[in-house]
Amino acid sequence: MTTNKKDTNTDFEVRSLDAICKNQETVETPMWHNLKYLLFGIAFGIVLIKSEVISWFRIQEMFRLQSFHMFGVIGSAVAVGALSVFLIKKFKIKSIQGEEIILPEKTFNKGQIYGGLLFGFGWAMTGACPGPMFAQLGYGAMATAVTILMAIAGTWVYGLLREKLPS
Amino acid sequence: MTIIELIKQPWPWYVAGPIIGLMVPTLLIFGNKTFGISSSLRHVCAACLPAKIPFFQYDWKKEIWNLFFVFGIFLGGIITAMYFKNDAAVIVDSNLITELSGYGITDFSGLVPADIFSWASLATPRGFILMVIGGFLVGFGTRYAGGCTSGHAIMGLSNLQLPSLIATISFMAGGFIMANLILPFILSL
Repeated sequence: MTTNKKDTNTDFEVRSLDAICKNQETVETPMWHNLKYLLFGIAFGIVLIKSEVISWFRIQEMFRLQSFHMFGVIGSAVAVGALSVFLIKKFKIKSIQGEEIILPEKTFNKGQIYGGLLFGFGWAMTGACPGPMFAQLGYGAMATAVTILMAIAGTWVYGLLREKLPS
Repeated sequence: MTIIELIKQPWPWYVAGPIIGLMVPTLLIFGNKTFGISSSLRHVCAACLPAKIPFFQYDWKKEIWNLFFVFGIFLGGIITAMYFKNDAAVIVDSNLITELSGYGITDFSGLVPADIFSWASLATPRGFILMVIGGFLVGFGTRYAGGCTSGHAIMGLSNLQLPSLIATISFMAGGFIMANLILPFILSL
């Protein structure tokens, strides 16, 4: 057995490699506390639909540079997010559980380019990234269920082939 | 105009963008969670079909907040359809309308074009390619890249992460290539 970092890392990126949705919370909380995330998700879903950023047509406009709308949404979201992160770091704001807020540093790997390009293809084809797919389905675009199931399948195949892919 | 009527209108970018951006501090402050969605797909794999693949051997229940969040997005879609629906078609650029009409896409009323994204068109070449292969690429690509629009483009860029900038540029490059160079062939199938 070789012992590079990947092999010895038993939780495989969930906490330490290249996962995005990390869970830095160390306080044990009861299950019902997760309901707050349900509420945040509902709010997020409503915004995604009402701003039309999950419209297949809006995505086509964006990739043809025919409208500023999508760039405005993403740009202003990043501006507000960056200002928030700056303030949280500057004033060492703690979470409501009193924990220090930890923002993980990401490390570069080629997957961000290869995977990024492949996701870009899929984004322009389906008009959806992972969040919007669920909003589209809820809004009544039933055939999106196929897209979601195939995205889960794509994730699964990535997991299967992970060690064989260039990274 | 009542509040409800106002909500029903399409929201401009300068309203929607900042609200989306506020998801970042909200999740950090209310639960020390970094904003991101595509990992939920991985948790589903880990929960339903881990199949002894090392990538899916972890305690997904510890990440269950992410599944609550995603289920909330789905409910948000239902709530919008029930209470805040606007029946007018999405107003898009006239060049796009002209281009898509050439491929027989004339129904602009839904979030996705009903002429392609339907059960019936799943059996057609272009419907199959866009839904099945497109969906697969979304799942495979986001996990390979380590995140999607939320995790890299919004959360990662907000935290000034260079890898996230590289990923975001790759997403956009892939989208430009697909929409302008490849999609015309797929749509004409």
